[in-house]
Amino acid sequence: MTEKKEYKVIGTRPIRHDGVDKVTGRALYGADFQMTGLLHGRVLRSPHAHARIVSIDTSRAEAYPGVKGVATAQDLPDAEDRIADLGEGAVNLKYLCDNILASDKVLYKGHAVAAVAATSPHIAEEACTLIDVEYEVLPPVLEVRQAMEADAPLLHETLKTTSMGETADEPSNVASHIQHQLGDPEKGFAEADIVVERDFVTGTVHQGYIEPHNATAHFNQDGQLTIWCSTQGAFTVREQVAEILQYPISKIKVVPMEIGGGFGGKISVYIKPVAALLAKKTGKPVKVLMNRADVFEGTGPTPASYVRVKMGATKEGKITAAEAYLAFEAGAYPGAPVGPGAMCIFAPYNIENVIIDGYDVVVNKPKTAPYRAPGAPNAAFGSESVVDEIAEKLGIDPLEIRLRNGAKEGDRRADGPVHPRIGCIETVETAKAHPHYTAPNGQKHHGRGVASGYWFNIGLESSVTINVNSDGTINLIEGSTDIGGTRSSIAMQAAEVLGIPAESVNPSVVDTNSVGYTAVTGGSRTTYATGYAAYEAAQDVKRKMIARAAKLWEVDEDNVQFADGEFSCINGKEEQISFRDLCGRLGQTGGPVVGSGTVNPGGAGGAYATHIVDVAVDEETGKVEILRYTAVQDAGRAIHPSYVEGQIQGGAVQGIGWALNEEYIYNDEGTMTNASFLDYRMPTCLDLPMIDAVIVEVPNPGHPYGVRGVGEVPIVPPMAAIANAIYDAIGIRMTELPMSPDRLLKAMGKI
Amino acid sequence: MARKSHVQTTINGETVEFLCESRQSLLEVLRDELYLTGAKEGCNNGNCGACSVILDGRLVNSCLVLGVETEGKSVETIEGLAEPDKLHPIQDAFLENAALQCGICTPGFIMSAKALLDSNPNPTEHEIRYWLAGNLCRCTGYDKIVKAVMDAAKETSA
Repeated sequence: MTEKKEYKVIGTRPIRHDGVDKVTGRALYGADFQMTGLLHGRVLRSPHAHARIVSIDTSRAEAYPGVKGVATAQDLPDAEDRIADLGEGAVNLKYLCDNILASDKVLYKGHAVAAVAATSPHIAEEACTLIDVEYEVLPPVLEVRQAMEADAPLLHETLKTTSMGETADEPSNVASHIQHQLGDPEKGFAEADIVVERDFVTGTVHQGYIEPHNATAHFNQDGQLTIWCSTQGAFTVREQVAEILQYPISKIKVVPMEIGGGFGGKISVYIKPVAALLAKKTGKPVKVLMNRADVFEGTGPTPASYVRVKMGATKEGKITAAEAYLAFEAGAYPGAPVGPGAMCIFAPYNIENVIIDGYDVVVNKPKTAPYRAPGAPNAAFGSESVVDEIAEKLGIDPLEIRLRNGAKEGDRRADGPVHPRIGCIETVETAKAHPHYTAPNGQKHHGRGVASGYWFNIGLESSVTINVNSDGTINLIEGSTDIGGTRSSIAMQAAEVLGIPAESVNPSVVDTNSVGYTAVTGGSRTTYATGYAAYEAAQDVKRKMIARAAKLWEVDEDNVQFADGEFSCINGKEEQISFRDLCGRLGQTGGPVVGSGTVNPGGAGGAYATHIVDVAVDEETGKVEILRYTAVQDAGRAIHPSYVEGQIQGGAVQGIGWALNEEYIYNDEGTMTNASFLDYRMPTCLDLPMIDAVIVEVPNPGHPYGVRGVGEVPIVPPMAAIANAIYDAIGIRMTELPMSPDRLLKAMGKI
Repeated sequence: MARKSHVQTTINGETVEFLCESRQSLLEVLRDELYLTGAKEGCNNGNCGACSVILDGRLVNSCLVLGVETEGKSVETIEGLAEPDKLHPIQDAFLENAALQCGICTPGFIMSAKALLDSNPNPTEHEIRYWLAGNLCRCTGYDKIVKAVMDAAKETSA
């Protein structure tokens, strides 16, 4: 284990700065926003999964008492053939706009078609039913392999497959094909003593954040547009709204309210541009809220997928070759996270010969959106199940085979990058030494499984400003919406630099007019990158404060030292002043001190996790019970260990839901038949044991305190770990998610 | 426009009068008429518990109660739990155990936990899990929430 530095604030567990607001009901989330003269907006959604819009007649709705405005795609600027760059690569603007309000076709049940603003939410809902839409219903295609067939119904007549730089001549539902190759896979498989190949299928699952999407928009008479909303990234909302409405970013202010969960699902905009359109039309502020069915049917879930994995190993347990075929459902418009899936699938291993093919395929389901390590869980369900099977067939302990092949610093990932210092091996070693792994597990129909996972994490831009107060505290201004305690994990990094307690920092998340550009709270980047910006801003404060002390003592700045919250003079003068006391003398030494830090760091460092799970399989009902769960993860450096544990526990439980219950169940017409929390069936606390989160710290060289992102990787291992545990319990390899009671009963031959 | 009814009820110990349409739920009344936005809407059909309040001593989903039904009754919401200078022990336990991440489910969990501890001051872990199964949290995996309620029980029954 690496040497542990001594920190005063980092690694402690202070009460989170926004905590009291959130336990007293005082914190204001998007839907809580109120404003004089507020109108309420609701969206009419397509009842069909695939249809051409023949006509939309809004006259009856417009005449309904209380209705103040109706919007359709006609109100959006013409988006034909424009490409927008939203910082995550080029996006076809027509797709972006059509997903907000359908123009020519509806491509999924729940696709937004029109919106109404009225004096009450009930009137708006009633008026939606008075909008007459004539559809020409088309056959839907609902599954990735069917969508890839040559005679499948086409969603987009103009979509042609791009494959490694080439574009096909004929239209297809396959938007793109990617391939990564390393070494000589054919040779690698020839060297193997054992080869295991299996097919895997995963269902469509939703992030399941408890707070539905919301947006309130207002246009001032001078053209200033303000949007109050729940989002993972206020600046990303500003960019998307600017592109969709073709409106300058300088005239848009986005105010991020508190956010009730996101997990990647609150990056794309849905109703925010709609609220803006309705506000423009009515001249009043308009609040648009989704209901829960809207959220399931009208926002991006994560893709269903078909995954085929083939791996070969020598009888000593060295993995000689690996091959993967990943076909992901993008939903209605291109953009499935097959790229990240391909990057992550074999990343826990050092394998010399690898080939990975990935396909991004459109189907008549909502356009998928990121969900916690997007793409990696689908891929890892396949690869981690196959590794388990190889270990079992070779009679090698499943953690031991991971140690023998584990990825280390200097190894190359199949898609190109060479690993920096990573903690893959350390998570496996820690899991192997954990009392859970050595505890007895012999009961009938009880089983134990393990799996590892990888997520690369991202950096991107963040800005922080620090204003120094005269009483020795600081106000920290940031642009990262706080979904899980990041006000504190960011504030603690500034506090560490300045030698002050975490409680002496007042962090505020502010609007897009009030802080420098900051990318989304996503990609496990917030504590890493915004924390890095806070570190830089605090360093800036420190430099300026040193200059003030030098001025006070009439010495050169080089003669002032700062340590443990004290400035001291090192040129013979016996001068010393605390940070707090110097803060009280800023007026005399030149006025206020403001520090700033901006970053776009490249060294996010990858995160690894290894999970252990014990299950009991009920032979009569097919129900799988989680008996014990241990999640080991490399956090680099845990700034606030409680919230790191929280990320690990929450991610693991989302994975448990994905493994055992959760999926969109569709009928033949393409209607989701379980679009409620009751029927979608996320885990409740009664379904779970305590989740033992074990933090391993292998500091990330790409961050001053060694931080690695922690939010996403914990959702990667659970599905395969549970499948492997089910195999251990009943001797059957489950290859389809979710592993729900009916699938278990079928697999056991009971139905 | 539907006609509004006059309703008089008690909320957090204070007599409150409001006008509401018959179709408006208690949740809508609390949030949109009385600006008590601590109760949250997660599903509006009784599945998630984010709108939990205590009505005449009984835990309810306020989205499943009509505003007009509260005539003459007593409603406790998250806004009434803390004293002016002191949090309720359940609120303290949630903070000390880091039992919230995004916080949207937190008011509902705290009200649900209060109803539990009011009737069963020393619940087992299983009893806590059984009682709280009507409240969904998507961030925490429930581990720290269950521990917070166990800690609060120790505190309130001591």
